[in-house]
Amino acid sequence: MPERQWKNKRRLMKPVNKRKNTRPNTSFKSELKRRFDMWLLQHLQAFIFSLGQFAKYPLSSLLTSAVIGISLALPASFYMLFDNVRFVSSSWDGSVQVTLFLQTEINDEQAATFANKLKDNKNINETTFIKRADALAEYQKLSGFADALNALDENPLPNVILVKPELNNINESDTEALIKELEAMPEVDAAQYDSQWFKRLLYLLDIVNRVIIILSTLLAVGVLLIIGNTIRLSIYNRRAEIEITKLFGGTDSFIQRPFLYSGLWYGAFGGIIAWLLIGISMQLLRGPVKQLANLYASDFQLIGLGFFNSLLLVGTGIALGLFGSWISVKRHLRDIDPV
Amino acid sequence: MIRFTNVNMTYADGNEALRNLNLHIAQGAMVYITGRSGAGKSTLLRLIALIDRHTRGQIIINGQNLDRVRNNRIPLFRRHIGFMFQDHRLLQDRTVFDNVGLPLVIAGYRHQEIRKRVQAALDKVSLLPKINSYPMSLSGGEQQRVGVARAVVHRPAILLADEPTGNLDPALSWDTMKLFEQFNQVGVTVLIASHDLDMIKRLQKRIITLKSGRILTHAGTPMEKQAQTNETG
Repeated sequence: MPERQWKNKRRLMKPVNKRKNTRPNTSFKSELKRRFDMWLLQHLQAFIFSLGQFAKYPLSSLLTSAVIGISLALPASFYMLFDNVRFVSSSWDGSVQVTLFLQTEINDEQAATFANKLKDNKNINETTFIKRADALAEYQKLSGFADALNALDENPLPNVILVKPELNNINESDTEALIKELEAMPEVDAAQYDSQWFKRLLYLLDIVNRVIIILSTLLAVGVLLIIGNTIRLSIYNRRAEIEITKLFGGTDSFIQRPFLYSGLWYGAFGGIIAWLLIGISMQLLRGPVKQLANLYASDFQLIGLGFFNSLLLVGTGIALGLFGSWISVKRHLRDIDPV
Repeated sequence: MIRFTNVNMTYADGNEALRNLNLHIAQGAMVYITGRSGAGKSTLLRLIALIDRHTRGQIIINGQNLDRVRNNRIPLFRRHIGFMFQDHRLLQDRTVFDNVGLPLVIAGYRHQEIRKRVQAALDKVSLLPKINSYPMSLSGGEQQRVGVARAVVHRPAILLADEPTGNLDPALSWDTMKLFEQFNQVGVTVLIASHDLDMIKRLQKRIITLKSGRILTHAGTPMEKQAQTNETG
């Protein structure tokens, strides 16, 4: 009897080459190949079968995937927002600058020479002189107060010099000292140091970053629970099938394979849905953000997910899906014995 | 093929299902196991299929000592066995083809081979035209025959049937038993648990009667007894 079984298996075997096949004994290599072929075949079956299950119950599969998609989209979009803010702020980073408002009686030439003179100071890296007329023109263009400004007899704006301190030796007290020194100069009306709000922004971003990490972790756990529970339900729905499969010699890995692939599909579709949601949101935000950037004379544009991050998003979905179903399968498949 | 030596089976709840059972069934034999419900018929089949493990004694199936079959080898061991149930236990959401092909899919056969064998098995139980139907649309007798086809499609060495005719009328029961006989004739060792004593007496095969976990009587055709003594000796 076992001989007959063996022959059946032999017949299934694909010969590696003709010469080897004429040997009476199965070579180790061809046995390995047969096993590999079988393994591949069974994976393919589980892969297609689990996809078939999706097609069979499209609505419930879609709903589960959508929940996963939203759970993935939330932290991903927060992170993207954060990324954009960081990108914007990084262009300010290191550009800690002091704005000097000059006395109104200082004319343009005097201001220009003063700006050049300041460069000799060893604590100052760079100075930029903005003529009052230029400042007014820009302000009229961007503020929308053009008419009101035209009504004025003379330019209310002073000449301005932007001073960039030497970056290497910048620290709190040095900067304070520099501001005091500048403010004491007779040409200067007021010196304004813009770093306080920038520091606050950096701390704020740090907090937001942590919030995003916490939120992502919670939502990832949520995704695991959703997928775990969905797989648990489908394990119990297919209890009869699992029992029969065990009875006819299905190994544990054979039985769990379709469930693992289902988890993979849920995660993958969830990732794709998340990607779509973010893509749509981006399109909705692009216009308003562009207008806002124009107001700040910036050509800033929203940074999208990009290829790598899209891949990462879907990959995260797949990983969570596989992991969630794996936990569920390990916990619940053991409970089912053939009766 | 199947040898029980001083086998005891006590379930976790203390129920002694089999007591000191000794039994030998030769390769290619066809044996009926009968007795009242609770006598240990199902337990006997469950032990052979390693659904449960016996608590004492020795069981050797197909040359394998069941004590030595580790849990992770049980699936491979079961691939030599075909099962039949009273409630046929077909998967309602799969076609007849998928139901019958299941043991072959499990064993990793290729699709062409599966199709060939499923067709052959369904042809044997005269259900080839129903290959693409769902079990729901079949009659009780047809469903049972699908179960038979599934039990033999992977050409098992042993066929275990637990009350296979419990839900069938006498004519259908007789046909089913005759089917088992055909499989037996091509070399499959067949074990059938049944309480339909009238019918199995007419089938002229070896009958083992269990009572409270022991063998009460042992009746068989002379030819088979002969075969049995030959193998034992």
